[in-house]
Parts: sequence; structure tokens; C-alpha cells
Amino acid sequence: MASKGIKDRVAIIGMGCTPFGEHWDKGIDDLLIDAAYEAYASAGIDPEDVDAYWLGTMGSFSGLTLSTPLKIPYRPVTRVENFCATGSESLRQACYAVASGAYDIAMAIGVEKLKDSGYSGLVVGTAPNDGTLGSITPPASFSLLAPAYFKKYGLDADKGKDVISRIAWKNHRNGARNPKAQFRKEVPIETIKNSPKVADPLGIMDCSGVSDGSAAAIVVRAEDAHKYRKDPIYIKALSFIAGPGDGPMSTEYDFTTFPEVVASAKDAYAQAGIRNPRQEISMAEVHDCFTPTELVLYEDMGFSPRGTAWRDVMEGFFDLEGKLPVNPDGGLKSFGHPIGASGLRMMYEMWLQLRGEAGPRQIDNPRIGLTHNLGGAPGRCVSFVSVVGREVG
Amino acid sequence: MAGIVSYGSYVPYRRLKRAAIGQILGVAAVKGERAVASFDEDSVSMAVEALRDALRSAGGAMVQALLFATTTAPYAEKLNAAIVGAAAQLPAEIRAADLTGSVRAGISAILQAADAVNAGAGRAAVAMGDCRLAAPEGRAEQTNGDGAAAFVIGAQDTIAEIEASASVTREFLDTWRAPGDRFPHSWEERFALTQAYTPELIAVIRNLLSKVNVAPSDLSRVVIDAPNVRAIDEVARALKIDPARLADPFAATVGQTGAAHAGLMLAGALPAARPGDRILVAAAAEGADAMLLRVTPAAAHFRPRRSVGGMIESKGDVSYANYLKWREILPTEPPRRPDPERPAAPPMLRSERWKFGLVGTRCRACGTPQLPPQRVCVKCRKRDQMEPYGFADRSARIATFALDRLAYSLNPPTVNVVIDFEGGGRFLCEMTDCEPEKIAIGDEVEMTFRRLFTADGVHNYFWKARPRR
Repeated sequence: MASKGIKDRVAIIGMGCTPFGEHWDKGIDDLLIDAAYEAYASAGIDPEDVDAYWLGTMGSFSGLTLSTPLKIPYRPVTRVENFCATGSESLRQACYAVASGAYDIAMAIGVEKLKDSGYSGLVVGTAPNDGTLGSITPPASFSLLAPAYFKKYGLDADKGKDVISRIAWKNHRNGARNPKAQFRKEVPIETIKNSPKVADPLGIMDCSGVSDGSAAAIVVRAEDAHKYRKDPIYIKALSFIAGPGDGPMSTEYDFTTFPEVVASAKDAYAQAGIRNPRQEISMAEVHDCFTPTELVLYEDMGFSPRGTAWRDVMEGFFDLEGKLPVNPDGGLKSFGHPIGASGLRMMYEMWLQLRGEAGPRQIDNPRIGLTHNLGGAPGRCVSFVSVVGREVG
Repeated sequence: MAGIVSYGSYVPYRRLKRAAIGQILGVAAVKGERAVASFDEDSVSMAVEALRDALRSAGGAMVQALLFATTTAPYAEKLNAAIVGAAAQLPAEIRAADLTGSVRAGISAILQAADAVNAGAGRAAVAMGDCRLAAPEGRAEQTNGDGAAAFVIGAQDTIAEIEASASVTREFLDTWRAPGDRFPHSWEERFALTQAYTPELIAVIRNLLSKVNVAPSDLSRVVIDAPNVRAIDEVARALKIDPARLADPFAATVGQTGAAHAGLMLAGALPAARPGDRILVAAAAEGADAMLLRVTPAAAHFRPRRSVGGMIESKGDVSYANYLKWREILPTEPPRRPDPERPAAPPMLRSERWKFGLVGTRCRACGTPQLPPQRVCVKCRKRDQMEPYGFADRSARIATFALDRLAYSLNPPTVNVVIDFEGGGRFLCEMTDCEPEKIAIGDEVEMTFRRLFTADGVHNYFWKARPRR
């Protein structure tokens, strides 16, 4: 694959992130203003210093969604959308823009306001169509992973439920230590296991929440980063893969993997020069839209050998105190999933952790972090993987 | 001479026990149970099921006309037969019409098709389906049933020739439904029984038999479809027809299926017919139609794809509460999800063979069947090497499945299955007519044409999987 990457050529010099949750008192404009101004302040720059913007949002159209509330003075603002990886995609575009030299300072900002719709779960509009596309909801389509994985690796239904429940338990435990999370309480494992069924074997507690939120990052070329702060973080890899969407059409696909994630992880590791992700990555934020997703991701990204991630889960390998903490901020499970914001919210945790600002959930001396964002469904999805670090090299 | 070349029939999977109605509403319950079209079925989709079976049994020769008979056409304006024809993959070059407004429409359609064949039309298909609503607490709610039948009429290779027919038509008020009425109204029962159905059936049968000089005792089987089943016995008594020769009206097992009923009864009677047998078919409503069939030697070798009896046996219960919800007699709290959007006309036209016929593609370069239809091969990535490949009549097995309790459905949970077709091809679709707790990986399924939902008055038809029946 001909992806060359931009290792250590771009740095993040400031970030902002609103609390995620039910912002009944805030509109999209408010969330964007709050995240953007927190990012300006974090970077120590004025709004006029930003040369270009990339806005990630699923539900609102055009750059005017951002330029109007912020009164951006005649600058390029590009709205991007790439399913649930929308926030990560906006960061990727902003990074490439400064790396190219076209701009010196760019902002990636993502936002979504899901709670205003009045619907339960996520609602995605579709283009006019012939009415044959089906109506499967996200929890049902991701639930296809669970029985397939359990069967392939010999877990009975009870054991499988224990494994996925422990993933939710771990993420809520982390989220309880995060003031910006939507859900800030530990949840007993029995409550998770016995939650009402949504798409068997998934209960409501196997699903990420529905929330509003916004997050933003300011990026510059790495050589300029120290003009703004002494502790920037550096982009090691940005990989984005859209699959051929053939999983639901090909009898060879077995619903125990996301080939797109395997490809984007491989690409990102090549860009960043990572040979053994299980050893070299200090922490990861991954797309835990539903608990079986996180289970499969561990293997797709090489954190666990095939068929063994469930053991690592049960042994606490991915816990906050484990060898490779995953979703230290609480993940989608604790934050909900405001589509355009989630990828940047993941990066915000890297920003805090790599710079020792994660408070009660601070990981001991992390060097390399990974964020992963996924959009679509098993067999037909887009996948984003980034690798970031606190040092060049 | 025109006759029946092949036939098919359809009884939906769900049954409503009449005692359950009686229990909940506190009314007297008629004996037995009735067939209930599922929430995703209507007269068109059921007629498609019957017609597909009839066409598969008819061999290659294509039909040149299609008549769809019903009193419950999904569209009041728009040719319902066009949907039936598209789903059954009939060629565009056919004459098609809907025959509606009377429960006699089914037998009328057979006679009209026979006239067309006798006038040189080659083969004509008749599809009849009905899904009649009746108001709660009324007798018709219990005695009605849902179902369909279909016949291919031709001059060659017939299994039963139509020797003669007779008709009588009289203006008469018994059951009526004006546009906009949800439920039909009806006059007091004894009036129609004594003044219309019984005398009209007797008259039309006598007239028919005298035309061909056949005595009632020469009839091996007698199919009488009367809106009031008591007329059957009265007619048999008057004409001295041996009650043992009366065809089963499926009163206790299916209920009266409106415009499809004479056809369904005939389809039920035909498998036992021997070459040389004479079968009389008569149906009443504002008069009556009757026809006399003579079974040919070819009938000895004909087996319907599915028998009425087999479909009566293949069943699962529906509660009265669910029946009321399915028919939207009992309004329910809408889900906190957006309403489905109506399908758009141009994409439907572009994908007509896919949407209505479940025709996918197969790559000529590598032989891989695939659905939905593709231009670039899912396997070898070659472009534009595809040929049409039908999936509707292929069986498949469940590769994995998901029970969706979030998706809005009149019959939750929505069952989604990933199925692998015999001969290749994988598809993710909904599964219907199943008991969710019994589904297992590896189960055999077959495809069925259904109405997924209705939005802005547009009925969205497409295919689902169901356990093999």
C-alpha cells in the first residue's frame, strides 16, 4: 500500500473538548464555540491566527456551520463526513494541510448534537433509494460479531457474555474517573450482564450512549511547535481505509474481524515504525460502539493474537492498570458517540495522557498512544488509526 | 380447449384461534382457527407466492396475459397486477389487469383467461389473493381468512380442461364497502342465504350441467364457494350432490379467503383428481359463476410445488392482540425512531428486476453469484462482466443472525439473517414467519416476497427469508 505517512512532521499544540452528555441548554453553535475557544486558549493563540479549518460533522452541512457562529474572517472551512470516523477524518485533513505547507496553523473540530432529534439511538439519513437497503440497526449489525467470535474460539454463551460485560465494566470504571464523560459512575458487572436486551446477546449496557459534544485540535508543522509550547504531541501515523464493502456479499467473511481495521492498523504501524504493537503502544482509545466491537478490535490491531483477546480481557490486560490500557477516558461507552466529535475526543485523551494531565486516571509514563475510529458495520466499514507520541523519533 | 396447465396456492403462516377472539371480546367463538396474513403481507404479496409456484410447475412457456383478482387491492389507483407480474418475473410484453370489487373476481378471472386462451392468447396467468378486514366482534372477523391461489390457463398441456361455464349476475345488497370504509357492512344473514346465494348457485349449476348434459351424480368433486358456508349444504341437498364429494371449504382451518377462495378450494381438490374426473367449481356474490372441469391424463403426473394441505399444516399462532396491531385496528405508541422514507420512483425503476424479482448478477469471468447486482465483481474485481442471476427460487442457509429489538416493527424483534445461497451468493436480509428463539445457524431458508412498510401511500415491496415451508 502506497501510504507514506507524515511521521513527526505535524504536532498538536492545543486541544479543547466540551463535556459530553445531554446538553439541553446548548446548541451546535454553543458546543463549537466552547470547544474552539478552549483549543485556542490551550494553544495560546488568537482565533485570527488559524489559517484554515476542517469541520467534522454528520448532521450539519457546509463550512458555514462553523464559520457563522465563530465569525471566522474569510478563511477556508471544509466540512468533512466519513461516518462514525468523521472526527478523525477532520484531523487527518488538517494535518495534511499544514504538512503540505499550504497553511501554517489549522484547526480540526468535530461536533454532533444527537439529543435534539428525539430519537433513540443514532439516525442516519439516506439518499433517495429503491427501498431494498434493509433496516438493520447498528446494535443488531454489530451483534453479529458476538456469536461468530464465541463459536470460532469455543466460548459458550455465558463465557462470551462475561467477556463482553467486562469490557463495558472496564470502560465505565475509567469513565468514572473522567469529569468530561457523560456517564461518570462505575457500573457493577451484574447490572451490565442483566441489562435489557437490545440485540441479543447485547443488552443496553453493551451499547455506547447517545450524547452531544464537541472537540477540537490545533495543528502546526512539528518544527514550529515549540514556538507555541514546550510539550506538544507529535503525529506518528494517520491511516484511513475504506473497504470494498464485500463482507455482507462474500461467503468468505466470517464476522470475527474488520479487514478494514487490520489494513489501517498495518498501514499506521508502517508509518510510525511500530513492529510489536502489544509491546510498543502505551495506551489506546478505540471505537467501542458496542462491546463485541472492542473485543474484535484488540485482535485486528495486533494487541492480542487471534482468538486470545477474550483471555486478555478477563486478565485485565486492557484495564487502566494493565499492560495496555484501552479507552482510559471511558470510551464511547462513557462518553456516548456524537459522531463528528468522537475521533477528536479520543485524541484529547492522548493529549492529556501524554502530557501527564489525566488526573486520577493518569497512566504511568505513556510514550506512544493510538486512536482508532470506525464507521459502518462489520463487513462494510471505514477505519481510522492514528499513532501519536510525546517525542520526535 | 382452454384449461388449467398448472396451479399454486398460498396460506400464510400465522393462525388466529377463534376462541382467543371470543375470550378477549366476550363474543361467541366459531370453531377452529383462521389464517392471518403477517404484518408484512397483503393480497399482492400472497398472490405472488401462489403465482411463483404455479409458474414453476408450468414449465417454460411464457404467459401472455395476467389477471389479478382481489377485493383488497393495495393500490386503489395503480395497476396491482404490474407488481405481481414484476415479482413473478413475467415479461413486460403481457396484457395485465386487476379484477376487483367482488369475491367472485377469482373465478371470473379464470373464465376471462380461458376466453382469452380460446381466442388464441397462448397462456394466461390468473393470480388471486385477498386479505379482508372485518370489524372486531363481527362474525366475519372470525370466519374470514387470508390466502391466495394462482392458475396458469392454456390450450396445451392442460391437467384439467374447462368444458363449460355459466354465469348469472343480479344486483343484490348483502355485503358492501364504500371507498373510505375500513370495514364492510352486511345485511342480515338469512336474507342473502335464502334469496341469493342458495337459489343463484342452484340455478347457475343446473344451467351449466344442462349445457353439457352432465348429471350431478357424474361429478367427482364439487367446489362451492359461498359467502355463507351454509349455502354449500343447501345447494348440495337441492341438487342431490353426495356431501362426501364436496370440496373442503377450509372453514375451520383457513377461513374464507374472499376472491381467492374458489381458487384455493380448487387447488385443495385437484391433487386427488384422477384423469376423466369431472370437477364443478361455483362461486356466488351478486349472482354466481360456475365452470365444469374435466381432468386430463396429464394430471396423473402433475404435483403442485406446495399443497394447500401442507401449508395448512405449516403454521404458528398469532395472538389476537398482535393481530389487532398488525391490522392497525389497535393504534400503538409510535417508536422513537424516524418514520421510514418512501422508496423513490427512479431508483425503483432502475432496479426493477432486483427489487421485485430478486435478480442479482453472476460474474462471467469467475462465476461468482452476487447480490445485490454489481458491476465490479466482488471476487475477481473485473468490471462489467456480469450476467443476470436469479435468487428468488434458490434455497439458502443461515450463516449468522441478529435479533434487533431497537428497529421498529409490528412484530418485534426484527430478525436479521446473513444467508448463503446454494450455488453461491451471500445476503443480509430480514427473516419472517419464524419463531426467533428457535433460529439456528445452518437452518434452511427460502425467499418470500413481502411488503416491508408503507410510507406516503407507497407500499415498499422486497424480499425476505423465511424458514422452508
